[in-house]
Amino acid sequence: MMRRRTTLLTGCTALALALGATACGGGPVSAGGGDKALSGQTVTVAGVWSGSEQKNFQKVLDAFTEKTGAKTQFVSTGDNVSTVVGSKIEGGNAPDVVMVPQVGVLQQFAKKGWLKPLSATTQQSVDADYAPVWKKYGSVDGTLYGLYFKAAHKSTVWYSPDALTQAGVKAPKTYDEMLKAGHTVSDSGLAAFAVAGQDGWTLTDWFENVYLSQAGPEKYDALAAHQLKWTDPSVVKALTTLGKLFKDKQLIAGGQKEALNTDFPGSVEKVFGPKPEAGMVYEGDFVAGVAHDQFGKSIGKDANFFPFPAVDGGTAPVVSGGDAAVVLKDGKNAKAGMKLLEYLATPEAAAVWAKAGGFLSPNKKLDLASYGDDVTRATAKSLVGAGDSVRFDMSDQAPAAFGGTKGTGEWKLLQDFLRDPSNPKATAAALEAAAAKAYQG
Amino acid sequence: MTATTLAKEASSPPVASAARTRRTRRRGRIVALLFVLPALLLLGALVVYPVLFSVGRSFFDASGTRFVGGGNYAEMFRDPATLKAIRNTAIWVVVAPALLTGLGLILAVLVEKVRWATAFKLLLFMPMAVSFLAAGIIFRLAYDEDPNKGVLNAAVVSVHDTFEGTSSYPTARARQGEGLVQGRDGSYTTGDGVSPGASVTLPMVGVLPKDLPGSAAPAYAAAGRKPAPDELRGVVYLDFTPGGGGRLGKVDRRESGLPGMKVEAVRDGRTVASTTTASDGSFRFTKLASGTYTVKLPAANFAPPYQGVSWLGPALVTPAIIGAYLWIWTGFAMVLIGAGLSTLPRDALEAARMDGANEWQIFRRITVPLLAPVLTVVFVTLVINVMKVFDLVYIIAPGPVQEDATVLATQMWLVSFGGGNNQGLGSALGVLLLVLVIPAMVFNVRRFRRSQR
Repeated sequence: MMRRRTTLLTGCTALALALGATACGGGPVSAGGGDKALSGQTVTVAGVWSGSEQKNFQKVLDAFTEKTGAKTQFVSTGDNVSTVVGSKIEGGNAPDVVMVPQVGVLQQFAKKGWLKPLSATTQQSVDADYAPVWKKYGSVDGTLYGLYFKAAHKSTVWYSPDALTQAGVKAPKTYDEMLKAGHTVSDSGLAAFAVAGQDGWTLTDWFENVYLSQAGPEKYDALAAHQLKWTDPSVVKALTTLGKLFKDKQLIAGGQKEALNTDFPGSVEKVFGPKPEAGMVYEGDFVAGVAHDQFGKSIGKDANFFPFPAVDGGTAPVVSGGDAAVVLKDGKNAKAGMKLLEYLATPEAAAVWAKAGGFLSPNKKLDLASYGDDVTRATAKSLVGAGDSVRFDMSDQAPAAFGGTKGTGEWKLLQDFLRDPSNPKATAAALEAAAAKAYQG
Repeated sequence: MTATTLAKEASSPPVASAARTRRTRRRGRIVALLFVLPALLLLGALVVYPVLFSVGRSFFDASGTRFVGGGNYAEMFRDPATLKAIRNTAIWVVVAPALLTGLGLILAVLVEKVRWATAFKLLLFMPMAVSFLAAGIIFRLAYDEDPNKGVLNAAVVSVHDTFEGTSSYPTARARQGEGLVQGRDGSYTTGDGVSPGASVTLPMVGVLPKDLPGSAAPAYAAAGRKPAPDELRGVVYLDFTPGGGGRLGKVDRRESGLPGMKVEAVRDGRTVASTTTASDGSFRFTKLASGTYTVKLPAANFAPPYQGVSWLGPALVTPAIIGAYLWIWTGFAMVLIGAGLSTLPRDALEAARMDGANEWQIFRRITVPLLAPVLTVVFVTLVINVMKVFDLVYIIAPGPVQEDATVLATQMWLVSFGGGNNQGLGSALGVLLLVLVIPAMVFNVRRFRRSQR
């Protein structure tokens, strides 16, 4: 008995030690090669990434180390960057560089006076190599604080090539063509779209694409800033357009009721899983990741995408998002941090991650050949090609109470709209009421 | 005990003793205070201060800088989500403790009489060891609407299908605009009348090639066959050429027939003949009297598969979550009541039995009244517990119905941290919750006092 307890104790200690070791892992990485102008300094970078994203970003940091000699350390913050970074600043342990995932957070940091304006070198790179819209989303009150290093493309409709060939339809160019193609797919026996209604954010993305293409970027910006009311006729029109798809039982796998019971991974499974129920699923470039990792589909062969089609003669929308790198004033090595940003602004840095996969760069100078596969290359091309008409995810720009909370605000109201799309006007009014409340707070 | 004996011994010199008693008493009080102090400090820091702070905070707006008086309280009762939360909390408080106490009582009484009482009690008590989070995830799965995922709907659907049977082509529908009209009940009829000696083609779509019965054969040959004069022929086929390129409403060479489809010939609203299609989708009605008929595909062919109950829909979500709560807490109620039951005076029960009372009478007139104090304790404890239910509601209710399931505790969290970021309003909700819990608390404390006396 005694013996057993001792072994158990030893085991526990070993486990605790091992855990401790992992927790302390990811420490400074030593240098090798390069001109070593910054050797002896350690740049701390905080960001939401974990898992494979963190691993791939580490490759970029390693390349920076090789070049300059500065050591780097990545701290994963989990989902809530602003809280973590805020408490670190208060605790006198601020990271030098933060990768900020939302425009709202970047503005919040800038307003609190935490950020250093970007150096002239970085500004020049941004002016020369990025579409102006990226500069706009990185600036607050005319000062550039954020460099968009990684971007997401949220205007991609993913489909199973088998299903579309079976139905004999081609990738549509307009929204109406898409609905028509959807009906043909449905005639072939497979529902057209899998809609993830249980996750409100997929519905906001649907709406944003339709709205951006139909109402145009100016109105989109005004609505995102809530200078335009949600009761505006353009919103009602976009909702009506979206309702055409939502209310059609032939177009949605299992009808509205089942759509409301489907979460995002579930909707991908409905198209790319072992028992396909639908031919297409709309969401961002990350659908490819799920289809590949969870369902073993080879991207490009078993899964492909077409850009979200243009609505009512507008241009095809490109809704995007991204992680911006910012430099904190309170960081111990803010200067070296600034050098890191200068490096991140180069196509060279973007190429490192592009090769590893799961990455899009808004940098025009990045050679498309750097991407590992054709589908990612096509997404990147569409993103860079859209140039200045790229718009950021509207719900990410809104206060969280309106655009980012399960069970309330825009998420909930669009779910109600999916359940009963018969009255777009009432939905618009409800959206305006919720928005008015959230934006005032 | 020791203190009293000491006092007795020292009682001989009266004058000195009075002063000494006073001193001992004062010292006793100081010592008592010293012992209580840590507890008081902790209670003050962890309970009293936060309560007072919340009450204060509830009079300020979201940023915490502007005094709004009762504004948050007014806002609280204007917000439909909060009203729903109050309504749901009321349902919880009325239903859950009563059901649990009743269930616990019945189970405790029954368990007393079985042989493997301890094992049975252990089994029922086990869910208490499961955390609310885990239980929530388990029930979220159990209640899933898809019969392939949710065990409850799997049971409901399999029972239903044993009695009702399933249709052969649940997804099929007629090709629109090609002569078939949908009836109100989901059946399809030919719009124009047909007479014997004619042949009809009935185009359907919406069936995956892999869902066709193995016997299905191309319908092209059958569609070309000539009918006899007193015969009505036709073919039901899948009007879709795999890979596209088929002509709408025409039987193309590669298009398959739909075997096993029920077909009826209807004249003047009455079904005069019925048959089932062959493997190439063909059917024929022979020896028909001349006249005009319509051909009908009854709705039974297309009945959608039974989907079960939407447990987590807006209507049933609160009862469903209460069900999960019952699963966790029944064991607790049963064990507590069982303990009370074992201390009941056996002689009262024996006497009743001797006097010829039956078991039901004993239960109603003796067991329950004698157990009443225990039942009240269980009931009130559960009322307090139910007021603060949070995790189950938060985890089980899916996003779209979260607002339909919300209770005061979840609403408080949502408003203050889960996106609303209005801690003023959240504090007001917390104060409301406190006010509602206080009566139950007072009741419980009073009962404790009385039973100690």
